[in-house]
Amino acid sequence: MSKFDKEQILRTSGVNVLKCMRCGKCSATCPSYDEMEYHPHQFVYMVEKGEIDKLMQSPSIYKCLSCYACVERCPRGVEPAKVVEAVRLQVIRQQGMNHLTPDDIPALLDEDLPQQAIVTAMRKYSK
Amino acid sequence: MQRIGVFVCWCGSNIAATVDVNAVSEALAHEPGVVFSTNYQYMCSESGQNLIKDAIKEHQLTGVVICSCSPRMHEATFRKTVAAAGLNSYMLEIANIREQCSWIHKDKAEATEKAIILGRAAIAKVQLNAPLTPGTSPVTKRALVIGGGIAGIQTALDIADAGFEVDIVEKQPTIGGKMTQIDKTFPTLDCAACILTPKMVDCAQNEKINIFAYSEVEEVKGFVGSFTVKIKKKARYVDPVKCTGCGECTEKCPMKKIPNEFNLGLDTRRAIYIPFAQAVPKVATIDPDHCNMLKNGKCGLCAKVCSAGAIDYKQKDEIVEREYGAIVVATGYNPIKLDDYDEYAYAQSKDVVSSLEFERLTNAAGPTGGTLLRPSDGKHPHTIVFVQCVGSRCSNEGKGKSYCSKICCMYTAKHAMLTREKYPDTDVYVFYIDVRSPGKNYDEFYRRAVEEYGVHYIKGMVGKVVPRSDGKLLVQASDLLANEQLHIEADMVVLAAAIEPDKSARPLATMLTASMDTNDFFTEAHAKLRPVESPTAGIFLSGACQGPKDIPDTVAQAGAAASKVIGLLAKDKLTGNPCIAHPDEWMCNGCSSCEKVCPYGAISYVDKEFRMPDRTTAIRRVAVVNEAVCQGCGACTVACPSGAMDLKGFSNSQIMAEVDALCKM
Amino acid sequence: MQDVKTFKPKIVAFCCNWCSYAGADLAGTNRLNYPADVKIIRVPCSCRVNPMFILRAFQRGADGVILCGCHPGDCHYTTGNYYARRRMTLLFSMLDYLGIEKERTRVEWVSAAEGAKFAQTMNEFVEAVTKLGENKRLEDLRCKK
Repeated sequence: MSKFDKEQILRTSGVNVLKCMRCGKCSATCPSYDEMEYHPHQFVYMVEKGEIDKLMQSPSIYKCLSCYACVERCPRGVEPAKVVEAVRLQVIRQQGMNHLTPDDIPALLDEDLPQQAIVTAMRKYSK
Repeated sequence: MQRIGVFVCWCGSNIAATVDVNAVSEALAHEPGVVFSTNYQYMCSESGQNLIKDAIKEHQLTGVVICSCSPRMHEATFRKTVAAAGLNSYMLEIANIREQCSWIHKDKAEATEKAIILGRAAIAKVQLNAPLTPGTSPVTKRALVIGGGIAGIQTALDIADAGFEVDIVEKQPTIGGKMTQIDKTFPTLDCAACILTPKMVDCAQNEKINIFAYSEVEEVKGFVGSFTVKIKKKARYVDPVKCTGCGECTEKCPMKKIPNEFNLGLDTRRAIYIPFAQAVPKVATIDPDHCNMLKNGKCGLCAKVCSAGAIDYKQKDEIVEREYGAIVVATGYNPIKLDDYDEYAYAQSKDVVSSLEFERLTNAAGPTGGTLLRPSDGKHPHTIVFVQCVGSRCSNEGKGKSYCSKICCMYTAKHAMLTREKYPDTDVYVFYIDVRSPGKNYDEFYRRAVEEYGVHYIKGMVGKVVPRSDGKLLVQASDLLANEQLHIEADMVVLAAAIEPDKSARPLATMLTASMDTNDFFTEAHAKLRPVESPTAGIFLSGACQGPKDIPDTVAQAGAAASKVIGLLAKDKLTGNPCIAHPDEWMCNGCSSCEKVCPYGAISYVDKEFRMPDRTTAIRRVAVVNEAVCQGCGACTVACPSGAMDLKGFSNSQIMAEVDALCKM
Repeated sequence: MQDVKTFKPKIVAFCCNWCSYAGADLAGTNRLNYPADVKIIRVPCSCRVNPMFILRAFQRGADGVILCGCHPGDCHYTTGNYYARRRMTLLFSMLDYLGIEKERTRVEWVSAAEGAKFAQTMNEFVEAVTKLGENKRLEDLRCKK
């Protein structure tokens, strides 16, 4: 089951996790690092090890802002955010539901929320 | 009909694992002309070579086919073997059944079938081989070294030491290269200038060495043993013979605000300048882009103060043509431009510097006189963050380089250590991916930085550097082992920039017809066995132009390149390549088609008297190939409309026979 | 018509000694697979390849011919590959006129450092030729055994 999940993640994300040289620049650049249980570099490594279930159960997948800073900065072109996105999609597909619906979003808005978070939230939760 | 012997090599299991060598030697034994066929474990070993020699004698072989590794590997070896058995060394053909068969195919039946076909093609070719004798060409007993850094200096000194003349061409006003800008050297921490400048002086004083500083190579013609090179001596606007290097002019020049290249723009110089105190040759140079006299014809102050009368505003670039037997490339490296690295704020903050800039900031002859001060406000930094692998080890698609720049781990350890030694109140952080310290006393050196000097080595990368309005640099980084994100308020950030070959290397490679890899490093003739020679005969490689290198490696390679050059120059004559063009005079109609395509000007025409079949004589114009000049490319053979021109060793009939053999299956 | 699946094309590759032959060797050293249908003939320079050789190959039943040389500007003999490029442009357009599909002929620049490119080029070329099937247009049936 787990192996199937790993292949699924690799296919939906289009990411080659083996390109990672474990420098940690993705996590160094991540603005929501402190919010996350598993950090971007761990996402990549855990997918490589096939620990998809742990990732799918972690709230970290909803903490990713999809700001793509890690994708932009990765020296090896690994694109960690796409892995996070793929794991989240996997959860949605298996559970048939999202963490939030788009209608919930307006109620959550406050002054401190960055613009980018609102845009990416709409994008993520309307799928 | 030739009497051909076929020898199939197993290459241990390299060939035998995927090619059925018995089947190959059995199948080839039935080919026309083959009188002997066998296989053996290692044909290139002494017993393998003896097997070939004995078979040649025993079976009176006139042609030999060896099915083995690439001819680029062992053709020379086997040519000697057949020659030792009394056969002409060009009666040999090699079928490449390792690199182009056994190593790329997995299916044994398929690989065996291909090996047999390749063997057949070689047999078909050797049927048409004729004995060839190489011509000889003279050797000019002088070498050219392009680049006057530590690599070029060491190569030149070693060649001169053997008694040969050497010219060094250096594009900067002084020799010395990058090493002059370095403060101390790892792992011994001796001062770079103290070990380099005596060598520079040796070069200047050695009567066998001729330095063309502030000069560039314009054109290269010829081939191994006799290259003709045009060197452009750029106008300095100062007579190098009269100039005493007193420096009076450099103090009086009113153009003061020109960025000083030697200090990487961290301070300024005048329009007339001597790069640094120990420059060789110690001659002033006028920068024509900034000199008011050269630009507008107003000023002339330097000419007034020069007591030697050395200033010459009318000096022009001069082209010198020289002959050489060998050329050594020592063009070196440069750190990459960091302007694209916005996340590190290199272009935004003066306090984010490259490692080479940091080197100048700690050097006694540098802009701060050796006191480490922040470039922005001249204050002493209390927290310094070093970032490794900036632009190294990147994916091919991105802005960085795919290779490891090799020297950064060690110089960063050196910088961190020296900073802690001089300023114990400074916190020093080094962010690393891996610490690569393979070298004599290198790992011990790095450990000393950690254990004795208390440098904080953190495994992880810096994600971004944000300059704050109070002058601090906010560094956000990951600490992978602690699994946390760090936020450090730093005073300075030092980036270990990747190194790349000098920009002048690519056009130079084209001039020399020397090959380069995709990163513009020069390729060596063999990665392991011929590391200091270019595949182009007579071109040698020294230092970082071949790949990233530290000083000990560079000096070692420079000496190796010198010994190869000495070996070449010690010869009075070179044996040429006998595979050259030759015309069939009866078929040649003197049309000049071949002359036009020859890149070497090896073809000329003579009027020759022929006795015709009807017993009359006729004078006809026919092509003549200069055997010493022809390199055997074969361009003329295809251009010839009558088919008179052919190439020895790769004749039309030989290649046709190979085509036929490959298509017959 | 032969079955496309079992059809094994005959491919002749002319490789210059300095770049492409070395590139082919590098493909071998790095164990990069390409079909065994490709057989290489070593020539000193791509400019040594006479159009006659290519015609001969097709006459003898080759299904595809590829010529590999140094990258433009990097020729060991300075200008050889430029001559090769011009000659092959003319030859290939003539072959096209004769009904030899353009996919059966190709010129490719492969440097000594490009083992991966060599293998990839050969894989693509063999695939393209395999799709076209056997070459019968120029084949001289007398050459068949």
